[in-house]
Amino acid sequence: MRFSGWKVIKEGLSGNKGWGAHWRDAQPKPEYDAIIIGGGGHGLSTAYYLAKNHGLTNIAVVEKGYLGGGNVGRNTTIVRANYFLQGNSEFYSHSLKLWEGLEEDLNYNVMHSQRGLINLFHSDGQRDAFARRGNMMVNQGDDAILLDREGVRKHLPYLDFEQTRFPIFGGLYHPRGGTARHDAVAWGYARGASDRGVDLIQNCEVTDIDIEGGVVKGVQTTRGPIKAKKVGIVVAGRSGQVAAMAGRRLPIESHVLQAFVTEGLKPVIDHVVSFGMGHFYISQSDKGGLVFGGDLDFYASYAQRGNLPMKEHVMDAGMTLMPMIGKAKVLRSWGGIMDMTPDGSPFIDKMDGVDGLFIDCGWNYGGFKAVPASGWCMAHLMATDTHHEAAAKFRLDRTRTGVNILDEEGTGSQHNLH
Amino acid sequence: MRIKCPHCGERDRREFYYVGDAVALDRPDPDAGDVVWDDYVHNRDNPAGVTRDLWYHESGCSTWIVVTRNTVTHEILKTELASKVKEAMA
Repeated sequence: MRFSGWKVIKEGLSGNKGWGAHWRDAQPKPEYDAIIIGGGGHGLSTAYYLAKNHGLTNIAVVEKGYLGGGNVGRNTTIVRANYFLQGNSEFYSHSLKLWEGLEEDLNYNVMHSQRGLINLFHSDGQRDAFARRGNMMVNQGDDAILLDREGVRKHLPYLDFEQTRFPIFGGLYHPRGGTARHDAVAWGYARGASDRGVDLIQNCEVTDIDIEGGVVKGVQTTRGPIKAKKVGIVVAGRSGQVAAMAGRRLPIESHVLQAFVTEGLKPVIDHVVSFGMGHFYISQSDKGGLVFGGDLDFYASYAQRGNLPMKEHVMDAGMTLMPMIGKAKVLRSWGGIMDMTPDGSPFIDKMDGVDGLFIDCGWNYGGFKAVPASGWCMAHLMATDTHHEAAAKFRLDRTRTGVNILDEEGTGSQHNLH
Repeated sequence: MRIKCPHCGERDRREFYYVGDAVALDRPDPDAGDVVWDDYVHNRDNPAGVTRDLWYHESGCSTWIVVTRNTVTHEILKTELASKVKEAMA
């Protein structure tokens, strides 16, 4: 089933009865060339690019729940490439380029909206840091414009420019940044992978990873054993538990990050706006809800819900920045489980000492925008056994060697600092 | 979430600063080598379930506390003075 203007008209005139299922509900086969553990955004994009770029189609994605039921369905949908450090910069740049061609590639409306992202700054020192970041983004080939206070006012006239605590000095404007429809990204990749022969197996929890003599042989699941020559662990949020099945501890601590959405409003916020001093960011969904969030709750958690102090803090920060949203009613809040790494950057690597076992994890609170490039680079690694150049620095041994530590915030490579 | 400080009693979570896994009480030998130190500083069991971590009663009595709690339910199971825990380990 493919989408087209003609198909939309035809279905509209015939009661929309001809839309079929978007992917096959596959049953597990006894053996595959490769298995991806985890049917979220990253797992599905890995499967899609394994099939599309590398011709590997005898593969399966095994998911313990339903496709796209984890963090890809629980995030705040922001897509950007405003990273500073080499290692991150080329990766997110690659990802943004993939986003820009994603709808055409997948024949799926992921509602990618490049509405522009503005990171506000509030002091001379912060302005210098943002100017430098902007230069790095431009050097990478992406876009960044340094706005002064009046420049920000043109885009965001509704901000409280007179606030005394954090007066707005300006902002770094990233016009190609924006948002996308998170669920559609998972569904689009799922359909694309399924169409190419990938088996998407839901309600199938991996309970163990079979390793013999340092070589991966397959997985044990709640629906029986499945053999495979290669296994990729792509389960951010649960990475520690699955890696433990292979006897590996990871440099990851899981934290809960909350997000909030209001009732639907008429268009009021055209961009993605972040207010770093108050730990607050916001955009408006196409349905009209204001989607916003702040910082981690800052304690290890798998609860998928947070506590009141951070809710209060986020609301405080929102009111400080844009008092106009004060009468909007919050409809829902929820929490997602973040794979937090010491330096705040991810891993796409082989698992030491086990041939054929790979891992893609540690996305901290920035995994959504990485979905296309993460899958692209993980597929490259699994298919060719070599790291893709855009993700060459996402190595597990960097915490031990200290080489290529990717501490984007410059706060230190240690748990509890990101 | 409310945490029972062994000195001050049950207090709001806002009064405490979270440090992380209580592994910090078991610091390796300075000459233990990079693999051991990497494991100590970075790698974590990160359980979905009962865990032990260190909290600091920042807005209270400034004591270090070992909190045993459940990461899935946020239930606090036990709190102990870190100094006592450390003594018992000796």
